[in-house]
Amino acid sequence: MNEIDGRVLLLRPEDNCLIACVSVPAGVCLRIGLDEITVLQPVALGHKIARFSMSAGTKVLRYGAVIGSTTRAVLAGEHVHTHNLKSDYLPTYTLSAGQQFLTKASRPSDQK
Amino acid sequence: MTTPTEPMLTGYLRSDGRKGIRNLVLVAYLVECAHHVAREITGAFRHRPVHLLGFPGCYPNDYADKMMRQLTTHPNVGAVLLVSLGCESFDKHGLEQAVRSSGRLVQTLTIQQTGGTKTTIAQGEAWVRDALLSIKDAVRVPMGIDELVIGTVCGGSDGTSGITANPAVGRAFDSLVDHGATCIFEETGELVGCEYHMQDRAATPELGQELVDCVAKAAHYYSVLGHGSFAPGNADGGLTTQEEKSLGAYAKSGASVIQGILKPGDLAPTGGLYLLDMVPDGEVRFGFPNISDNAEIVELISCGAHLTLFTTGRGSVVGSAISPVIKVCANPHTYERLPDDMDVNAGRILRAQATLDDVGEEIFNLVLQVAQGEPSKSEGLGHQEFILTYKSFTAKGPACLPNTTNILHQKH
Repeated sequence: MNEIDGRVLLLRPEDNCLIACVSVPAGVCLRIGLDEITVLQPVALGHKIARFSMSAGTKVLRYGAVIGSTTRAVLAGEHVHTHNLKSDYLPTYTLSAGQQFLTKASRPSDQK
Repeated sequence: MTTPTEPMLTGYLRSDGRKGIRNLVLVAYLVECAHHVAREITGAFRHRPVHLLGFPGCYPNDYADKMMRQLTTHPNVGAVLLVSLGCESFDKHGLEQAVRSSGRLVQTLTIQQTGGTKTTIAQGEAWVRDALLSIKDAVRVPMGIDELVIGTVCGGSDGTSGITANPAVGRAFDSLVDHGATCIFEETGELVGCEYHMQDRAATPELGQELVDCVAKAAHYYSVLGHGSFAPGNADGGLTTQEEKSLGAYAKSGASVIQGILKPGDLAPTGGLYLLDMVPDGEVRFGFPNISDNAEIVELISCGAHLTLFTTGRGSVVGSAISPVIKVCANPHTYERLPDDMDVNAGRILRAQATLDDVGEEIFNLVLQVAQGEPSKSEGLGHQEFILTYKSFTAKGPACLPNTTNILHQKH
């Protein structure tokens, strides 16, 4: 019942994305527990695949933690990357970012 | 609160109640000017448990002083030879006294008074030879997993680190914490984006705020140094956001409750998971917080780490003085290129030959084997890297550690 296709990793049970362990071609059917997911585009090793269909603005979970929000609707089996996922955090972490960050640090936790 | 586990290991009992998994002689130079003499002394004992370390600076530094005291009284250390030039400002008498009052054999040789290079090397070799004989028959006493202190660090990371080796070490950390061990993760500069997640895992709300502040301090420090983190190559490897990249490093910490924050040289008062805050306090000075991976490993050891789990994708080969390093290789291609240097092939996960849980269990079992005396790969190859530089810290806030009035007595 808890069978996960060996070509992808589900890092935490609550995650809504899968990580490709190999280059996964389009059309491949992945068994994730009771679900079957058809991969819609070729996905390279280390890249993410949507586990469920998600509306725009959905928090994407990896390691059980939020890594950003979808910028548009994403179908189960779609490649998840910069074209449909953006950071909820700093876009970059460079020279001035630390100072902006210091002022942000006092805000209440909204990352759940 | 964890219940003490059945003793499964044995260790060398020290006067402070801690137990070592190794019993070695340290030769420590107290300024770079004494480094060569100290190295020549250890050179006579290749393949014996004699390790070299020291502090190169001539100017005094509280951090370096605390580090040297903690390293020379680490539970893996049985005897200490200090090598001084004579005119450096390191507090050698204070250090010698600290080692002596810990019950260890200690001797200071001052090159300017001993007659120079040749005489000091000869006297040092004679002392180390006697010290090895004296500590040879030290008995090992039963030791529980709950008496182990394990650190983790990553270096030479690539796109596979965050999906294989790091979460597998996280699984091993969860098991070790369940058995009552103390586990320490670090590098707050690579945790930017994880601070609110860490806050949710903190044992108390006050500690949660300290964790957030700790990452803010690191973000500020690194930004002043002009050191960015997210690079275009990260996106090629499948990483989309800064928080996603940080989470890859953060995965080493597993899922346990975070009990407290340590600074270099602090000992955790309980078992459980701790964050080591290695970024200096106050204005940016003395340069990068940790100039290479070994500086981080040494700080974990100063917090009592008996061994360190080192995850690598590209293939770091380092070990460490004092405490063994276990290499967990994230990338299966790297493992195939460097099999003699890698202890664990976490890249098997990518080939569907193992699950994260399998590799986590393998790491956990290997920790116990190395704790029982089996050399890790880098240890067997004689790696004993060591770095200590200048830093400055202020004391921790009261919220950083659990209230331990009862727990301390319970543990020892």
